[in-house]
Amino acid sequence: MHIRDLVVSSLNILRTNRMRSFLTILGIVIGVMTIIAILALVQGLNASVEEQIQSLGSNTIFVQRFSWSAGRMDFQEIAKRKEIVLDDAWAIARLPSVDKIAPQKDYEIASLNYQGKTAKQVDVTGSTPDLQYTTNYTIESGRFINQDDNNHKQMVAVIGGYVVDNLFPTEDPVGKYLTIHGRRTLVIGVLGRKGSFFGQSQDAIIIMPLTSFEKIFPKPTGMQAVFRGLSIQVLPKSGKYLDKTVDQIRELMRRRHGLSYDKPDDFGINTQESLRQIYKNITNVAFIVMIGVAAISLLVGGIGIMNIMLVSVSERTKEIGLRKAIGASNRNILYQFLFEAIALSIIGGIIGTGLGLGIAKLVSKVSPLHAAAPIWTIILGIGFSAAVGIFFGIYPANRAAQLNPIDALRYE
Amino acid sequence: MLIHTEDITKIYKIGSYVVEALGGVTIDIDKGEYVAITGPSGSGKSTLMHLLGCLDTPTSGKYFLSGTDVTSLTDLELSQLRNKKIGFVFQTFNLLPRITVTKNVELPLLYAGITAKERQKKIESILERVGLGHRKTHRPNELSGGEMQRVAVARALINDPEVVFADEPTGNLDSKTGKEIMSLFNDLAREGNTIILVTHDATVANYAKRQLKMLDGKITEEVLVKTS
Repeated sequence: MHIRDLVVSSLNILRTNRMRSFLTILGIVIGVMTIIAILALVQGLNASVEEQIQSLGSNTIFVQRFSWSAGRMDFQEIAKRKEIVLDDAWAIARLPSVDKIAPQKDYEIASLNYQGKTAKQVDVTGSTPDLQYTTNYTIESGRFINQDDNNHKQMVAVIGGYVVDNLFPTEDPVGKYLTIHGRRTLVIGVLGRKGSFFGQSQDAIIIMPLTSFEKIFPKPTGMQAVFRGLSIQVLPKSGKYLDKTVDQIRELMRRRHGLSYDKPDDFGINTQESLRQIYKNITNVAFIVMIGVAAISLLVGGIGIMNIMLVSVSERTKEIGLRKAIGASNRNILYQFLFEAIALSIIGGIIGTGLGLGIAKLVSKVSPLHAAAPIWTIILGIGFSAAVGIFFGIYPANRAAQLNPIDALRYE
Repeated sequence: MLIHTEDITKIYKIGSYVVEALGGVTIDIDKGEYVAITGPSGSGKSTLMHLLGCLDTPTSGKYFLSGTDVTSLTDLELSQLRNKKIGFVFQTFNLLPRITVTKNVELPLLYAGITAKERQKKIESILERVGLGHRKTHRPNELSGGEMQRVAVARALINDPEVVFADEPTGNLDSKTGKEIMSLFNDLAREGNTIILVTHDATVANYAKRQLKMLDGKITEEVLVKTS
């Protein structure tokens, strides 16, 4: 029997049993739908996380008091660590592979007011002019802070898009005065927009000279000091030198902190790679759990197909006998039933893939998650269901093939 | 010789019981013969038909179908033999209920791997031959019993078999329709087809030129009917 004839006759049989076929494939539909929706959303999430990680400045190294990727943080121990100080920054700046550095401090102010308008939760960063390069800031209008501002502790600020939207919806902010932490501050520039990072707007920011920042904000103490302490952004001369630069900084910092060789680092050197590591740690577990759930539903769907195929074999015993009498070999019968099972599950797989992509689209419409469905997810969905069809179809098909034609013909 | 058996037996073991369904049958049937195998139920006539029709292999003895030793064939070879050299007509018609007359008749051609164009041609001519040219797109449940049996006959003949087995072909038909079917078999026999009827009905058996009477797994009597 030719493949084409086999396909046509299988599909005809499935079509004459529409309701049953539909119910049979429901399990596969749900399983594949789950897998595809999860994959599409995870793909989307991966892509947007990667984009956000890139937005931090692709090769920037962050020297801080703690490491991002440390699994469990011992805050007591971290609090006892030496602070990162400006002298560390200047020492790092002299390393041969370092291009630019920017020491940085942050303070989050709960609300900022301007002529009756309010911007909530704005991050104020004090830094040096090279922050523009280490964090990839662009300037939309006005200018960035410069060395002069820093030397003279000028009360000037560059503001992000979120601040503009909330405080200066209709006017040009450059040249206006904001009151930050009780001090009149001149807006000298507007930053290009960066979007959000893990749901947190990167545009809710005000950048001012580090010297001015230290003048108006008190030195943090206790636990505050751990997270509000100085951090140093370092840009290596080239991406090629990233690892080498990290090594040089580590050596330098260990020397400055007087650590003996058997002591662990008491500071953190963080890169995009450490962020990726954290992200992977979090999502791997979630991913495995979700794939497990989807695999179970595929298993259930497969058992459903096997069940219906067994019913079908016993219902069609006489047909099998007749087919054998008129010339079907065992293999013909095996292929016929196997193909029906595969056709059922592939149809289920196609519907499931469609629904899964639909769900992913829907989720990305109503939530900040993005969905991305590369072509391989579709191939995977349909391939998976075909595999389920073969796996669960082979037993009933083999049973049909092994039927004795005489007994099968007598079967009532 | 189309069919030649040498002392074939069929013994079934059911648990500790041993049932001798066929106890040594030796027959020869020539091409073009019209033979009836008769006998009461349990006489072994169905078992003999199953063996001759290559649906089963004998426990002992030899069976040659147009010169081929059937006893040593594999499943694949047996199925090809059934497909190309043998046609079956059953008491209960055994049509597939969900597909049309055309599709039912097409089945043996599909297993024979014949091209769609040629299939089409063969189906048309065979349906015309059995008088069902107007029923091509009907489903079996839309046909009368006689028409269903005609479809079954068409299906049995579609691959130009060397022998057609008819197992109680009129058993599910009223006497008038039964006669029509038997006259169809008469015509087929006259055209040179080899036909083997299996029946317990003497009036049906009388259509055949040669009758083999069976009892308890053996051929007990052979009657040659004089041709008029």
